[in-house]
Formats: sequence, structure tokens, C-alpha cells
Amino acid sequence: MADLLAVLYGDVLNHKPHDPLWPARDRVILSKGHSTAVLYAILAEMDYFPVHELEQYGKDGSRFLTHVSHKVPGVEFSTGSLGHGLPFGCGKALAAKRQGELWRTYVVLSDGELDEGSNWEAILFAGHHRLGRLTAIIDYNKIQSFGSVADVLDLHPLADKFRAFRWEVAEIDGHDTSQIREALLVARDPDAPPLAVVAHTVKGKGVDFMEHQLKYHYSPPRTAEQLSEVLRQLGRGE
Amino acid sequence: MRTAFIEQLLVEARRNTRIFLVVGDLGYSVVEPFAAEFPDRFLNAGVAEQNMTGVAAGLASEGYHVFTYSIGNFPTLRCLEQIRNDVCYHRLPVTVVAVGAGMSYGNQGYSHHCVQDIACLRGLPFMTILSPADPGEARTCVRWLSENPSPSYLRIGKAGEPVVHGCEASFAGPCKIVDQSGDVAIVGTGPVLAEAVAASAQLREAGVPVDVFSLTRLSPAEAIDVGVLREYRRVVTLEEHVAAGGVGEMLRSLLGGHRDLRSLCVPQSLCMESGSQAALRRIGGLDAAAIVRTVNDVI
Repeated sequence: MADLLAVLYGDVLNHKPHDPLWPARDRVILSKGHSTAVLYAILAEMDYFPVHELEQYGKDGSRFLTHVSHKVPGVEFSTGSLGHGLPFGCGKALAAKRQGELWRTYVVLSDGELDEGSNWEAILFAGHHRLGRLTAIIDYNKIQSFGSVADVLDLHPLADKFRAFRWEVAEIDGHDTSQIREALLVARDPDAPPLAVVAHTVKGKGVDFMEHQLKYHYSPPRTAEQLSEVLRQLGRGE
Repeated sequence: MRTAFIEQLLVEARRNTRIFLVVGDLGYSVVEPFAAEFPDRFLNAGVAEQNMTGVAAGLASEGYHVFTYSIGNFPTLRCLEQIRNDVCYHRLPVTVVAVGAGMSYGNQGYSHHCVQDIACLRGLPFMTILSPADPGEARTCVRWLSENPSPSYLRIGKAGEPVVHGCEASFAGPCKIVDQSGDVAIVGTGPVLAEAVAASAQLREAGVPVDVFSLTRLSPAEAIDVGVLREYRRVVTLEEHVAAGGVGEMLRSLLGGHRDLRSLCVPQSLCMESGSQAALRRIGGLDAAAIVRTVNDVI
């Protein structure tokens, strides 16, 4: 998901980090609120706030809660309970459409959270109302909290499900930055169908002992040696 | 009462361009005038209350004051987490409107009886709850909500509720609507207050004067001044809601060690009964006769 958010914030969004509430900004909602560490890091890199403030992550009195928090500059909406981001994003996209505004709404979802019925209410809604400037990005890493998606509640064929709900779909390699860019930069007419970007991803991508491992849904690097090895494999070693 | 609601909402929407009405595929013969006059500020979200409330929060985050409208438990309990997280936590101006307070839907069954809503919504941050007793109060509530946009819940009856009193609703605490200089205060909320007014007339004829108060605002508790009730040695509360988390409990807490407070509320066993609203009030001990018996018991 880091690749998806990095391209979204770095190359796609129309935004002003020093003016987080700029009215014409594109709106981003990270519905998979447990992935907030990535979002905060990117917001810091984009200069929404100083990088050193990330040291406060998860500490007492900090605004950097460990689920997405709207107390953090650049965050539109707090999440954590799954299935809330897309309905909220539909409301924003509908407001833009009713007001003739051209900003876009991006909602980033996990595959596991598509178990939530509220998402399917919203998917039905967005297709019906042709919220063309709403884009859902699904981080489809095939692993959810307590097992593989295929074993728990299989989403396959996911792209077809969106199409059946009257969405347009782009299926991409969610780690290929050019594919991500191409999918997200395509112009969207306000009255077009909404766009679902089904991004096939690998959990723990880039770190050999983390890839596809459920354990790393819960566990960050625990030791200095492990952290060093993770950074080395990601090309960020000292 | 729902007609009073929509008529006043139309009045407000004409002068407040932020007002937006979202319905959950309900409101037949009620909301059409709004949809006709303000098509750009009306939405039927379908039978999908979680999404309806999330959409409402999203609209509110872009500047609208959104009223969501459906029956009883549907816009409240069905989507409680959306009200909690999306609306209240973000302190967004969304007013949840539930039609069918208490047992207004009588014979339509327990699915339609709205008797745990106050308990569920009272505990949410920044939440204002308004529970008008009659159409006049309902109009006052809509006007007040339009002027005070915030996370809020408007609990209204259905249709044909009588005018209980000619006063405007009070948002600061209990409003005296029957003054007989009595020793007993009956404090009610919602349309069931009509039973208290009927009981007060019967009691007066029997030589037992009582005062009746309408408690319209139920939350936040710190905004409610119940000082006037401390002048009474005996208080009887009345609500079409279960005891747990209801108005009786709230007043007991706010009044501290009040000597004698009796609560008339919906017994949980009432879910096994069937009948009209009047029949259920009788069975559940919420009608005028039950109020008279209770007052005679406490004096």
C-alpha cells in the first residue's frame, strides 16, 4: 500500500500541504485505518508537518493515534472501524457533484474490509449515482486479519463484482508505479461511473521474510537488527 | 408530527441553503414537498442506513446541515456506529430524525418500536437529543436545530398526535405545561406526555393537583437544568422507552438523592405483547389511568 499512497500523494493529488483545508483540494480517505503509519509518513514527507513529529506516533497525548486520526494535518476523516470510509467518500463526492466542484475523492480500502456490508451499500450507491469523480483503490493483498481472503470470505472475482455494480475497473500491479500512475491520472467526467482501481499487492512487499506473512499484519520489526535488515532490503540501509 | 416536521424543515430550508434532507426510502406522503422544492438538497439513499449515515456525514463535512430521516430504529440503532464515529466524533452537523417514537407503530410490531434509542444515543459525544411532545414542539425543535447545527437526534411521533400544550419547547430544562400548584411533578418526554396531561385533569377533579413538565431536550445532560424539579417532594417520570438509559434514570441521576421518584417506562416484557399504541400503553402501564394510580400511590 505504501507504493499506492506514494504515487497518489506524490504524482496524482491536487493539494497544498501548507493549506490542508484548501477548498479545491482532492480528498483522500484511508478507510483501512490500521495502515495509518504509512499515511502519516507520507504526509510528513509531503511537508504537512515536520518529519520529527512522527516520533510522537502512538505516545500519550499525541495526535498521531495508531488508527487514522483527523487530528493530524492532511487527514480528512478518522477511521479504524472498517467499512466507514467509502460511504463517507460517497457523501463528499456527491457534495462535489451537487455543487459543481471538480475536485476528486479517493478512498483507499483493504480487501478484508470489503466483507463489511456497508461497503456494498456504498458501492451500489456510487454506481447508481454515477459518482465519476470518486475513485476507490483496493489494496488487494489477499490476506485479511485471520487468514487468507480466499479462505475467510473469498472476494473473487472482485473486478467483476464492481463492474456488476456499475463501476469502471482498472486492475493493476499495485507495486508498479507507472501502472498506478496511469490508473489514477486518467481524467474522470463527473457523470461517468465511479472508478475502482483493484491493485494486486503483496503484503510485506520488498522484505523477503515479511512477504505474504499474516504475522506482519500485526508485528513491526521487533529488534534493531531486524529493522536494519528491513531497511537494507528496501534500499534504505545505513 | 411528521407533517409538522417537514413543514418547518421547508421553512428553514428556504432561508438556510445548507439544509439537506436524506431519506432511507421512507417518507411517502410526507417528504415529497421538500423533494419537489429542493431537488438539489434532497436524496433518497435507498434502504441502506449505514451508507445513508456515512453519506450524510460526508455531505456535512462539505458544508451541509444534513437531516437523515427514517423510521424508529432504522436511522438510529441500525447505523449506530456511523452516528458515533462518522458524525459525533467528527462533530458534524447531521440531525438524525426518527419518526415513530416509542410505540407509535403499535400493531406493526416490535421491529418498529423505538424504545431503546435514547439509551443508545445519549452516550455519544457532542450529541443533542430532542424529543418533542407535540407538533408545536416539533416545529420549535426544527427551528432550533437549524440555528444550532451539530450532531443531533430528533425523535418525533408519527401522525395525528394531539396538541399537548401551547408553549414553545424549552431547551434548557423541564418546561411546565400544566400548573396546578401541586405537590407532585410529572415529567414526561415525547408524545406520551398527552397521557400525563389527561391524567392531570382527572387528578384535579379528584382533588389531587399535580404539575406536568415537558422535557424536550435529553442530551447533553450538562445543558439540562432540572433545578425546578427540586421544589417537588415527589416526581413521576414518563417515557415511551425502556428504563435502562432512559429519562427516568437520567433524572434520578441529575436530581441526586431525590426522595421519591417513580419512573413509568416500557417494561421489557412488552415486546411479547401486540396491540395499538393505546393498547400497549395500557398494558405497559403508561396510560393516563396508570399515571393516576401512580400519583395516588405516591401521595
